[in-house]
Amino acid sequence: MSWGLFENWILPGLWVTVQATVFSALLALVVSFVVGTLRTSRLWIVRFLSGAYFEIFRGASALVVIFWFAYAFPLLFGWQLVPLWAGVLALALTYGAYGSEIVRGSLAAVPEAQREAGIALSFTPMQRLRRIEIPQAWPEMVPPFNNLAIELLKGTSLISVIAVADLAFAGNVIRLSTNESAPVYTLLLVLYFLLAFSITRGMRVVERHAKRGVGKLPEKKSRSGQGDVAPAGGSTNGGGA
Amino acid sequence: MNTPNESNQPSDTGSPADSAGTGRPSAAEALGGGAPGKSRAEGRELIKFQDVTKRFGENTVLDDLCFSVDTGKHVTLIGPSGSGKTTILRLLMTLIKPDEGTITVDGEYLTHEEKNGKLVPAGDAHNRAVRKKIGMVFQQFNLFPNMKVLRNVTEAPVHVLGMDKDEAAERARGLIELVGLTEHLDKYPTQLSGGQQQRVAIARALAMRPQVLLLDEVTSALDPELVAGVLDVLRDIAHSTDITMVCVTHEMSFARDISDRVLMFDQGKIIESGSPDKIFNDPDNDRTREFLSSVH
Ligand SMILES: Nc1ncnc2c1ncn2[C@@H]1O[C@H](COP(=O)(O)OP(=O)(O)OP(=O)(O)O)[C@@H](O)[C@H]1O
Ligand SMILES: [Mg+2]
Repeated sequence: MSWGLFENWILPGLWVTVQATVFSALLALVVSFVVGTLRTSRLWIVRFLSGAYFEIFRGASALVVIFWFAYAFPLLFGWQLVPLWAGVLALALTYGAYGSEIVRGSLAAVPEAQREAGIALSFTPMQRLRRIEIPQAWPEMVPPFNNLAIELLKGTSLISVIAVADLAFAGNVIRLSTNESAPVYTLLLVLYFLLAFSITRGMRVVERHAKRGVGKLPEKKSRSGQGDVAPAGGSTNGGGA
Repeated sequence: MNTPNESNQPSDTGSPADSAGTGRPSAAEALGGGAPGKSRAEGRELIKFQDVTKRFGENTVLDDLCFSVDTGKHVTLIGPSGSGKTTILRLLMTLIKPDEGTITVDGEYLTHEEKNGKLVPAGDAHNRAVRKKIGMVFQQFNLFPNMKVLRNVTEAPVHVLGMDKDEAAERARGLIELVGLTEHLDKYPTQLSGGQQQRVAIARALAMRPQVLLLDEVTSALDPELVAGVLDVLRDIAHSTDITMVCVTHEMSFARDISDRVLMFDQGKIIESGSPDKIFNDPDNDRTREFLSSVH
């Protein structure tokens, strides 16, 4: 495999994969929160509709959803999406459905007593969600969101089927033009792994930050701060700032 | 049963703050202008339960209950486990709704509202408005773990009452000083002891300038050595402010100290009520006597 092929296909493909991952992850995050919180609504109709969304997209093949946005959507709505965006949309809606389950589950795990304390202080349901429930549920969401982001990264390779020139697409082009399958796909494995690894590293930082935000200090500092009886004067703990 | 009346009780609210010499603000000072003032009409019914029945399935937890609490008074509810004391506080918090009867707070219906001269179930906004007059301290503190001490106290005044941020912070500092936790302002609840957390919870409830403070066994989740600190703070508040208190406690000496009136509950009914002297020294009812000897 020549430097030219690498420079012309692999590097741009890598960039497209990164873009597809970042955009669809951000959009999926929004979908996760909107659908996930709607699924905790007191109104059955809201719960029903958001639950239906979850079931439908969980049951749909991501590949078919991608095809649908690329080929059926233009026919139905007379509007052609740029292939990358058709892919991003399809991935965000699909993975957002999984994400909504993470959000719903973590919100449900916030103790009932916290909800009652919020009611006792006359917060509105929206204020409780925004100021009490979501901030407390967030640290619980980060590890499963990490898994989902990696699944999503790997899922982006599906958009190569609608001719988006991502990393997987580049690999296919090089294989067809040079017949060197082994080095190309080995390189791809390594690149996907490195991307996944950097996601995990990044999420680790997010998680540490999130835990600090609920007074749980990172492990190495936590021993003195977590006990039932606080140290007098507070000189021994890390401050949690 | 007659609605117990507290006309025989002298007001206990004029006594001076007992924190002199410590440099701490008195409870009256810390509560500031928003504290229920002396100008407020004494003897007015602030809380009124009328024929309230509450059932959980087959279990009738409150049985046709009538009682009232006058402005500025401190009423303690005692009684065996399961007699319905917590249920009364949860009704006042609108966490649950009565099956029959009505509850009014400062003349306004709770969980009901009047529409075209009829009583209908109230919406959330109505309940929220009435509930702002009530503050609650829970057995398990229930501080918000995602907020530091100061923000636990300022969050509701800022976002529920619309108080200016700086003003809320200043008031909060005063209240946190009142409960003796100034050096812990910048900590998360997990970094505090149970007793410290409970004192923050008291400050948080007071920051809303409630007319009534509900206390549900606020020391029973604490290690024994931490109980006194919390009770001292509550005594201070009881003696130096005009705030009305409804208190469930097993700390009988505390109840004797602060109460104007004690209500003895059994199986969802008030079986005896009277001054703490009467109830604790010379109860009329056998079950009251039995209960008191079991907790002493
Ligand atoms: N949410 C609920 N669902 C069903 N039953 C309940 C519920 N809440 C309370 N009860 C029942 O109502 C009765 C009264 O409970 P309540 O908590 O008011 O008692 P209490 O006087 O506070 O007792 P304790 O001293 O143990 O705190 C109990 O029999 C309890 O089992
Ligand atoms: Mg109770």
